[in-house]
Amino acid sequence: IFKHEVFDNQPFVIPLSLYFPRESLKPHSRTESSSKAAFLDHCETLWMRSAAAWRDAGLTGLLNEIANSSAEVPKWLSVSSGCVLALLQRISSFHGSLFPHLTLSSEDMIAEFSQVLKWSDCAVRAFAWHPHTDKFAVALLDDSIKIYNPKSATAPTLKHRLQRSVAAVQWKPLCASALAVACQNCLLVWHVDPCSLSTRPSSGCAQVLSHPGHSPVTSIAWSPSGSFLVSASPMDTNMMVWDVAAESCVPLQRVGGGGVTFLSWSPDGSHVLASTPAALFRVWETRMWTCERWPCLKGRCQSGCWSPDGSRLLFTVQGETVIYALTFTDTPGIPSNTKGPKAAAVVADLSETTFNTPGGDIVVGGEIQSLAWDPRGERLAVLLKGQEHFSLDRPAMIAVFKTRTSPIFELLPCGFVQGEPGTEPRLMQFHPNFQHGALLTVCWSNGRITHVPFYFLSAGMARHGLGGSPPQPRPEERPADYINQTLYTELTT
Amino acid sequence: MLIFCATLTVRYWHQAVRWTVFHRGSSQRSFKCMWRVICWRAAASVAWAVLLLPPSIAVFVIISRVSLLHPIQWISECVSLLTSATAIFSFILLCGVVLIVGFLNLEYYTVIPSIACSKIALLGQLLHPRQFVSSLVHCILGVIVAWCCAVTIGGRYQTLGYPCTQADGSPQLCLNEYQVILLLAGAFVGYCHSVLGVIHNMNYVSFHTVQQYKYLRFKGSLPLVVKCSAIQALYSVRNYLVVYFFLGYVPRTWICKTLNLQLNRLVCSLHPLDTIAGLLDFSLLYHLWISGTFLLFTWYITLLLFRIFVTEVCFPVQSSFTEDVHQCLPKVLTGQQPAILKFLALHDLALLSQHSPSRRSEVFSLSQPGGHPHNWNAISQECLSLLADLTQRLVAHHDTVATNGRAKSLSTGSDKKSLSSESSGTILLSSQDVMTPRPSVLIKTPASVFLRSSVGSPLTVPFTPDLDSPFSSPALRRLAGPVEQCSPWHGTVQSPHIMRRGPKLWSTSTGERGLQNKTEHVIPIVDPCAIWANEFSKAEQLKFVCFFTLNCPIQVKNFLAKRVLIMYLLNKLPEASSQALFADTQSHIWALEGLSYLVKASFSEDQFGVVQTTLPSILSSMLVLQEAVDRHFKLPHASSKPVRSTSSMEDSSYKTLRFALRATLKTAIYRITTTFGEHLNAVQMSAEHQKRLQQFLEYKE
Repeated sequence: IFKHEVFDNQPFVIPLSLYFPRESLKPHSRTESSSKAAFLDHCETLWMRSAAAWRDAGLTGLLNEIANSSAEVPKWLSVSSGCVLALLQRISSFHGSLFPHLTLSSEDMIAEFSQVLKWSDCAVRAFAWHPHTDKFAVALLDDSIKIYNPKSATAPTLKHRLQRSVAAVQWKPLCASALAVACQNCLLVWHVDPCSLSTRPSSGCAQVLSHPGHSPVTSIAWSPSGSFLVSASPMDTNMMVWDVAAESCVPLQRVGGGGVTFLSWSPDGSHVLASTPAALFRVWETRMWTCERWPCLKGRCQSGCWSPDGSRLLFTVQGETVIYALTFTDTPGIPSNTKGPKAAAVVADLSETTFNTPGGDIVVGGEIQSLAWDPRGERLAVLLKGQEHFSLDRPAMIAVFKTRTSPIFELLPCGFVQGEPGTEPRLMQFHPNFQHGALLTVCWSNGRITHVPFYFLSAGMARHGLGGSPPQPRPEERPADYINQTLYTELTT
Repeated sequence: MLIFCATLTVRYWHQAVRWTVFHRGSSQRSFKCMWRVICWRAAASVAWAVLLLPPSIAVFVIISRVSLLHPIQWISECVSLLTSATAIFSFILLCGVVLIVGFLNLEYYTVIPSIACSKIALLGQLLHPRQFVSSLVHCILGVIVAWCCAVTIGGRYQTLGYPCTQADGSPQLCLNEYQVILLLAGAFVGYCHSVLGVIHNMNYVSFHTVQQYKYLRFKGSLPLVVKCSAIQALYSVRNYLVVYFFLGYVPRTWICKTLNLQLNRLVCSLHPLDTIAGLLDFSLLYHLWISGTFLLFTWYITLLLFRIFVTEVCFPVQSSFTEDVHQCLPKVLTGQQPAILKFLALHDLALLSQHSPSRRSEVFSLSQPGGHPHNWNAISQECLSLLADLTQRLVAHHDTVATNGRAKSLSTGSDKKSLSSESSGTILLSSQDVMTPRPSVLIKTPASVFLRSSVGSPLTVPFTPDLDSPFSSPALRRLAGPVEQCSPWHGTVQSPHIMRRGPKLWSTSTGERGLQNKTEHVIPIVDPCAIWANEFSKAEQLKFVCFFTLNCPIQVKNFLAKRVLIMYLLNKLPEASSQALFADTQSHIWALEGLSYLVKASFSEDQFGVVQTTLPSILSSMLVLQEAVDRHFKLPHASSKPVRSTSSMEDSSYKTLRFALRATLKTAIYRITTTFGEHLNAVQMSAEHQKRLQQFLEYKE
C-alpha cells in the first residue's frame, strides 16, 4: 500500500522491482582461519609457527603462540609472554571502556553503525544508483554484488575473496564504470566495463585499497567531482582520503570520538559530514581539510543528508526523535568571518503519534535510522526505526516530507511509504536524476526492492539563489520547547 | 625568547613569500622574484628544522642515557648535560649540518623524477660527479653528527685518544676505538642515505592532491619520519657492522698513523672491535643504532619540511588578490621557468578553476582596449600544447614499440611531426597550430631535467629517456628506414634494451615503417653515434657504451649477451619506460583539471563566449590523448601496478602517475559531456570524434 501524493500518469518506465528471497542467499559463515580445521595437523617447529603467527596476527599472535607452547620454550619465556599478553588485554579493555564500540566484533560493528536497518539479517545489504544513468548496484547477503542496467540484458555479478560484509557501495561520479565497495577488511573499487557482456567480471577488475588498522569500513563517500574517495572505520580515528587511481591515501586524524562511522559528502563538494561513535560529529571543509567539531547532547549522530546546493545539513541524533538542521552560508571563494552556524536548529519532531485510520490506529514516530533527500531538494524521506514492544507494535516506516530550501526552509509532512503486510523498509535511496519528480527506491525486509515515484513539477528552479534564514532557530538547549509540537497532527486534516 | 623571535621571523618570511607571488610577475623580473620565492621557502623550512633541533637533541639525550634502575640520576644527568657547554657547541654544529643539508635539498630537488631505465643507467647516476660530491658531503656531515652524538652520549665515546700505559709502563696516548666506530658509522649512514636517495628518487618533490595546512601535514608525517629513520638506521648499522668486521682495520690503522696514536694492545686484545665478540656488545649496538636514527631523523625532518614548504600552494583561492595573479598566471604558464614554478602555476590553475568563481571570471574576461580574451587564450593554449606534447610522446613511443614489438627507447618531444597517421587528422591540425608558436616551451621529458639545474648537463645517462638527443627520436630512425634496412647500425641502435629478445630484434619489420615514412619530413641524417658521443662528451666513461652499442658487430653482442653481469646491467627494468614516459604527468593532470573545470564553469559563467571558440580543439585533443593513453596501457608492463613501499621516506607517487592521468582524463571528458549534454552535438568535430563523444554521452566508456 503506497500512501503518497497523487500520480500523474506520466509515461515513464519505472525500473523493475527485484526480489531476492532471503532463503536463496547463504550468508558467509566461514571465517578465514576456520578452514585450518579441515586439514591434518602438521608438526612445525616453534620457529615456523611463531613466524606464521607473527605474519597472521602480529604481536598478540606471536605472544599467544609462545604462551601456548610452554612445553617447547623455556619457562621464563612463556610466563613472560603470558604476562605481556595479559597486560595488553588489560590495556585494550581499558581502551574499550573509554570507547565501548571497540569491543564489538566487526560484523556487529557494521550492523550497529550502518545506515541499513537491521543490517545483519538483511537480504539486501547495500544499494546504489549510478549518479548519471539508470543502472544500480545491489549488495546481497551472500557477499556478492549484482549490477542491473535496464539497457542491457546482462546483470554482472561481482565476487571477490575480500568482499565480505559489504556495508556500503557507491558509484564514482563522472565515470561510467567505477564502483566503490566498503568491505570488512578493505575497500574495493570495481571497474565494470559497461559494454562488456561478461556476467562474472574477474577479481582483476577490482582495486584493493587497504590501510593497516582501517577496518571494518562502514561508510564511504566519493567527492562529487570524482577525484577522491573518503572512507571511515569505527576502529580507526583516521578518516582516509583516497586517491583511487594512485591507490594512495592521506589519513586525516582527529582523535576525539574514537573512530568515524558515517560519511556524507555535500553535493557541491565543499563539505563532508563525518560522525563518530561518541556524541560528536565533524563537518570537514574540503579545500584545506580542516574541520568543525559539533558535540551533540545526547547520542551519536546517526544519519545526515545535504541539500542539493550544499548549504544545509539535516542530521539526526541517536536517542532523539527530532531532525536538526545546520546552515552553511559561506559560499566557496568568499571568505567569511563566521565559520558556519553556531547552533543546530530543530526542524522536525518525529516523536510517537497515533493516527486513526479506517484500518485501525497506527502508531508512528520514534527514532530515526536514516535520512534521504531527493536531488532536487523537494522530498525528504525519513526511515523510522520502529519498535517491537509487547504492548504496542510500532513498525518501521518511511515518512516523506515536502521540503523547500528557498526563500526559506520549509518542511511539510507529505505521507508514508509502507510495504506489504509483515515487511518493513530497511534501506532507501533516491534516484539521482529522475525526470518527472523524485523516485525513491526502497529495499524491504523480505528481500524485495521497489521503486516509489513521486511525480511533481519542480517548483524551485530558483534554487541557485541559496540562503534565506533558517526557520525560527530554536537553540537545542531547550529541548522541552518542541515536545508539544508534533508535525503529524497537521496531517490528519 | 630567542625561539620566539625566530618564529616571528619565519612567519614574516612566509608572509613575504605570499606577497611576492601575488604582486610580481608582469615583467622580466618576475622570474627572479619567483625564484626568490622558492629560496625563501627553502630558508623557512631550514629555519623550522633548526628550531626543531633542541627538542630532538633532548629526546636523543634522554634515550641514549636511559637507565631504568636509577631514574632520578638519569634525569638529573640529562638536565645537566643539556645545559652544558658541550651541548651548546654540538647544537651549533648540528645547526650547521642542517643548514648544509637544507642547501643540498634545495640544490638537488626535482619535481620531475629521473627514472633509470636499466641498471647501468642507475649506475651511471650513482657514479656521476655531482652525485659523488653529494655523497662526500653527506659522509662528512655524517661524521660531524656522529661526533656530536659521541660527545653527547659521553662515557667511553667521549674522546678519540686517552692516556694509557704501554706494556713497558711508559705513558702514551692511545686510540679510543669506540669513538672511531661511531664516527665511521656516521659516515657510512650518511653515504647510504645519499646513495639510497638516488635509488629511491628521494630528491623528488611531489605535490599532494589533498591540500592541508603545513602544520597538519607535518604532524601527520612525523610518525612516519620517526619510523623510517629507525628502520633505515637499523639496516644501515647492520650493513656497517659487516663492513667494519672485514675492513675495520684499514681506517683504524690509518687514524693511528696520522694522529700518531697507539693501539692499546692491552685493552684491544681483550675486546678488539672487529671481532664477533667485540661487535656483539649490546650497549655499543644500541648506541650505534640510536645515533644513526638521530642522524637520519634530523635529515629527514629537514627534507620533509622542505617538501612541505616548497609545494605549498602559494595562491589561496580568494578574491582579494586577483588582478595581480591574472597578469601573472598566464605569464608564468607560458614563460621559460624552472619546472617547479610552472608546476605551481598549473596547480594554482587547477585550484582556481575549481574553487574560485571570481578568478574564473577574470579568465573569461576580455582585454579592455581591443576586447580580446588574452587570458583565456594564453591559458588554454598552454594547456593544449601540454596535452599535445604528451600525445605526441605517447604516439611516438607506441610507434617505436609497434615497429619491432619492443620498446626501444623513449620517445621525444623534439619530433614535432611524428603524430602518426593513426591519430586523426583534425586534431593534428589543431594541436599543431597550438604548438608552432612556441615549440620550446614544452616541459622536457624526464631525464633531461634530471636535476633542476642540469638541463643539458653531462648527467644525462644513456638509456634514460633523453629528449634532446635526436638519436632517440623514432622519427629519425624511421627516416633512415628505407636506407638502413640492412645497414649494420639500424639494429644495433636498439640493442641495449632488446638484447634479451635476441632473435626478434634483428628481424626487420618493413611494412609499418614504410607507411610511416610517407608522413615524415626530411631531416638530415646524422650519425647517431657522433651525436651521442657529443652529448656525453663530458662523461668520458660512458663513451665505451656508445661504442659498443652502436658499432660493435653482432658477434660481439652475442658474446656479451652470454655474460650474465652485463646482461643484468643492460636489461631494461620492466615498466620503467612507462614510468619515465609519464614522469612529468602531474602537469598534464593539472592542465586537464584546469581546462575541464573552466569549460564546465563557462557553461554558466562565460558571458562573451570565449571558451566556445576553443571547445572543439579542447575536446578533440582530450579525445586524441585518451586514445593514445588507452593504446599505451595495452603495452606490456604498462598497466602493472608498482609495489607500494610503506616504510620509507621515498615518495613513490611518480610511479602511479600514469594511472592518475588515465582517471583524470576520463573524468575531465565526462565533466564536459555531463555539463554540456546534447549541446555537444552542435560542436564542429570530425565524425570519429563525434562518435567517441557519443560514447561518453551515453556513459559507455
